[in-house]
Amino acid sequence: MANIISDETIEYVGILAKLELSEEEKEQAKKDMGSMLDYIDKLNELDTSAVEPMSHVFPVHNIFREDVVVNGDDRENILKNAPEQKDGSFEVPKTVE
Amino acid sequence: MSKQYETVIGLEVHVELATKTKIFCSCSTEFGGAPNTHTCPVCTGMPGSLPVLNKQVVEYAIAVGLATNCTITQNCKFDRKNYFYPDNPQNYQISQLYLPICRNGSVEIETEEGKKSIGIHEIHMEEDAGKLIHDDWDDCSLVDFNRSGVPLIEIVSEPDMRSAEEVIAYLEKLRMIIQYLGASDCKLNEGSMRADVNLSVRELGAEEFGTRTEMKNLNSFKAIARAIESERERQIDLLESGEEVIQETRRWDDTKEYSYAMRSKEDAQDYRYFPDPDLVPVVISDEWLEEVRKRQPELRDEKMARYAKEYEIPEYDISIITSSKHLADIFEETVAICNNPKKVSNWLMVETMRLLKEHDMEPEDIRFSPANLAKLIELAESKVINSSVAKEVFEKVFDEDINPEEYVEKHGLKAVNDEGALRATIEKIVEANPQSVEDYRNGKKKAIGFLVGQTMKEMKGKADPGMINQILTDILEG
Ligand SMILES: [Zn+2]
Repeated sequence: MANIISDETIEYVGILAKLELSEEEKEQAKKDMGSMLDYIDKLNELDTSAVEPMSHVFPVHNIFREDVVVNGDDRENILKNAPEQKDGSFEVPKTVE
Repeated sequence: MSKQYETVIGLEVHVELATKTKIFCSCSTEFGGAPNTHTCPVCTGMPGSLPVLNKQVVEYAIAVGLATNCTITQNCKFDRKNYFYPDNPQNYQISQLYLPICRNGSVEIETEEGKKSIGIHEIHMEEDAGKLIHDDWDDCSLVDFNRSGVPLIEIVSEPDMRSAEEVIAYLEKLRMIIQYLGASDCKLNEGSMRADVNLSVRELGAEEFGTRTEMKNLNSFKAIARAIESERERQIDLLESGEEVIQETRRWDDTKEYSYAMRSKEDAQDYRYFPDPDLVPVVISDEWLEEVRKRQPELRDEKMARYAKEYEIPEYDISIITSSKHLADIFEETVAICNNPKKVSNWLMVETMRLLKEHDMEPEDIRFSPANLAKLIELAESKVINSSVAKEVFEKVFDEDINPEEYVEKHGLKAVNDEGALRATIEKIVEANPQSVEDYRNGKKKAIGFLVGQTMKEMKGKADPGMINQILTDILEG
């Protein structure tokens, strides 16, 4: 494997993804990520300098919606998705800035 | 000699667009609804929901871009900005990083040294987040997603400003342009316009920029000015004592006039942007661009020039009246009815401004109709009511948009223009106040004021002060 993922990197990626990994999982993730990067390196061998970067698979553009209110108050149903609710709101663990 | 420092400021301005619906779903953007009553699976980030772009958002963004001399990116797209926070239900915000809709613009501001051009690096479209309310009782936070998905444009300036005055002039200019376009009401105090200040200091004459900080939570022009002054001082103090400025985001507390660092280093800001696969590219054809260009309304600079030509009102009045699109609209509509620009201007400049100040309101908050102001002006000009009654009635127009004709009729406020009746009253007053009469005749001309006052009181404020004066002088001198 050409790409070696360091402990710091896996730690950092874990923080960004809000994941807590066990030592075993970390080792496995390091291996997986290394081989993914190897594959990207392989792709990078292709000369794509003359190719427009593609962000969508379909050659479609300009899908718009007119500015008209269609949705009404559907709070009751929306809040069914909340793990906890209070006073018409989603209740979450306390956040402090 | 102590070192001289220069402040370098760039601004990130978020503006809430005045669309009826959110940027990616058909929920209402109306302000003040009960929590989560303007939500759907899209703006609460439910799995499987798909965003569909509101065309009006693109049109407003193009309009602002054109009015700020930007190049419009005719092939633009949306990207995901990834971060975790409970007000962001998708765990990413849809924004534009790689191909923002507008680039390389500028606006001109007036400074003490003359005109100055402030560069606009880019303008991009994005969605607003939800609102978090902290519940101390239950030690939890409550999320209201009514604002989630409300369309924003973020206007990123170049670091071209050097003082709080320039920053405020730039913000005023942006606000004016955007209000005139009808793209937003741009109220800082209500959050429909928000400015983050990027500031660094460097020794005067230095080529390199210093390390900058970003200041958030600035809700008024005054707060912005204070925050800039405070941050400039803080950075200079650090440099003077041999310390370094740390690149960080700081939150301004306007009541304490102090800022503090918001995020620790552990929360690295690594947003891992990538193109949003749920949204197809936006292609803006030449024809579409031309359509928007043709629809651009008269902006402030053009309006000022036209007023100077069309109406005989002072330049100062023109600058005040056109400083708010809403005020300018009221002016034009009222003049269209009563055809008296000078008087309309006076009522707006004097009484309206006084009442706005008294109520701590902005011109945008004016709710009276041009028709009622026009009626009031006609009543005053034709002397149906005297000037002090007119002011009194205007307050009612200002507060409740009453119909002045009906109000004057109902409360019996018509001026007494019957000279005979007035003369009889004055004679009675003169007779009852021999001391004042004697004072007047002995050269104390001021004594007439008391007699005018007494007469006005007797007439319940409805007489014409000029007429009272005239009759009184007649009698006293006679
Ligand atoms: Zn929605």
